[in-house]
Amino acid sequence: MPHPVVPREWFRNKEGLGLWEGRGKVVATGVGTSPTARRWDEKPETSMGALTILAIRKAIADAGIAPEEIDGLVLTPESTTGISKDPNTPPPPGWEKHFKMASFPQAGITRGDIDWLLLNMPELKNVKFMMNGPICMSVSFVAAAEAVARGLTKTCLVARGWHNLAGRYYVGVGASALNTASGRFKYSSIWGLPACGTTAMVFEEYCRKYGKSHDQMANFVVTSRRNGLMNPDGYYSQHRPEMITVEDYLTARWIAKPANIYDNDLPIMAALAVVFTTPERARDHKQKPVYILSHGQTRPESMGVVPTLEQWERSTDRMGRILYEGAGVGPDDLDFENMYDGFTLFHQFHLEGLRYAARGEKRGYALDLYETDISIEGPNPVSPSGGNNGNGRTRWWNHRDSILQLQGRSPSQIRKKAEIGVSGAPMPDSCDALIWSAKPPV
Amino acid sequence: MPKQSPIPDELDKPFYDACNAERLVAQYCTSCRRYQFPPRPRCIRCGKDTAVEWRPLSGRGRIISRVVVYDTPTSSLIPGQPFNVAAIALDDEPEIIMLSHLPGTPVDQVPVGAAVEVIFETTPATGQKVPEWRVIA
Repeated sequence: MPHPVVPREWFRNKEGLGLWEGRGKVVATGVGTSPTARRWDEKPETSMGALTILAIRKAIADAGIAPEEIDGLVLTPESTTGISKDPNTPPPPGWEKHFKMASFPQAGITRGDIDWLLLNMPELKNVKFMMNGPICMSVSFVAAAEAVARGLTKTCLVARGWHNLAGRYYVGVGASALNTASGRFKYSSIWGLPACGTTAMVFEEYCRKYGKSHDQMANFVVTSRRNGLMNPDGYYSQHRPEMITVEDYLTARWIAKPANIYDNDLPIMAALAVVFTTPERARDHKQKPVYILSHGQTRPESMGVVPTLEQWERSTDRMGRILYEGAGVGPDDLDFENMYDGFTLFHQFHLEGLRYAARGEKRGYALDLYETDISIEGPNPVSPSGGNNGNGRTRWWNHRDSILQLQGRSPSQIRKKAEIGVSGAPMPDSCDALIWSAKPPV
Repeated sequence: MPKQSPIPDELDKPFYDACNAERLVAQYCTSCRRYQFPPRPRCIRCGKDTAVEWRPLSGRGRIISRVVVYDTPTSSLIPGQPFNVAAIALDDEPEIIMLSHLPGTPVDQVPVGAAVEVIFETTPATGQKVPEWRVIA
């Protein structure tokens, strides 16, 4: 059964809307994270669906509530950014012995599905509110925040799983292997740009405009990996616990110069679930409530095949203004920023749009900031989660960590007191972001 | 560089037909007075489909950025790695960006800021022509 997607009317995608009406009415409490893997080994118990079920059960347990208390479920059904299978591709042999089948065979394998989850999680017997937050879990967080604030659900799960099948991402497979090109990507794909190519182009434009260099990214990338390795749930800490050095970064092989291999995030298998509820109900939850002060959206306005520096700066500037207006706070109130980093070379657009640690500067300061102390011990923690760069591609480590930081239990807890933080994803011109707070708004 | 041949569809057939005639065109919204590319069913700013028409472009532009590709996903281009990909801002509408391999420009020696003009390259699979760009000396 198709479920509604988050209505556009819920988006805060323009200025002048004032304080968010849901400000102080929604909190996050329980968090559940699955184990990670590089690729799916085709076993039902390690499938994306199985990981999502595991994450949901862990989030409910973490919140210290009964499954019957859950009355809402918001899911991001897309579970990869790579090439995947047709939804009607049959599941591997033995799948039906482990899971009940939903309306399409790939449910729980290469696509998340609310009906599949509810079929296979009989303990979620009171879910009445169901909604999809497409493309990015950031959208699902916004949908759940609005739904709780509007009284459509009292205790709502937000979930997203990721799958990664065998083979290289896009390289020499599917449409890339053909001698013809169809669909909307034909305007760019025939020139052979890898996924990071667009970002690398805009980054190059940025460096040229502000007199910066790719080498200045090194401390950000190394610090992100360090932060990620503190996280026992991250891919690198579980499977490749080696630290990288500045030298590693500066000598890494190019993918699309100026983007090298460390500027690209690693596709993985993983799932996350978070419990959203009202402040009143959260009094009975085990974990400290983290308030959502506001959210904001940007969507692409590109007129060409690839965006320009001007467009990305305009878009991230707008995001900063929308968020601060809705939350009633400003850049100086942020104790950390956990904006998206997958690709590393666009993180600074998000950061500068928020004027994080700007000290009066507007644009072109982030790479200089990266060369200062941006560690969790320092005065301006940048991406304390480690992001995709430090944990593998999910687009949600940053949100997860914002909640954990403000609960005071992040594995990479910042040393200064964490009271307000921000996280958002994915692209500089297509982003959903939230401002989180340890305390209710005054 | 043996590019993939784009397969035109109903929406972009005027663009690719013009390429085969070695003319560069783009959609223009008469309401917003601006171009857009790639083609879309309606103006991405005002949302009107009736205001969008095809107009010729000058075929002049400027290189605003570039990358050097070492790890392309596109099979036909893998033997030619590394190769340049440049972003071309059109003189007619600088926010319209097209891509180019800049034939004749050595790898990693793209003159960012330089003026370019359109040429047309025949793709091998179907013979469909596509716009390419070369630096004006």
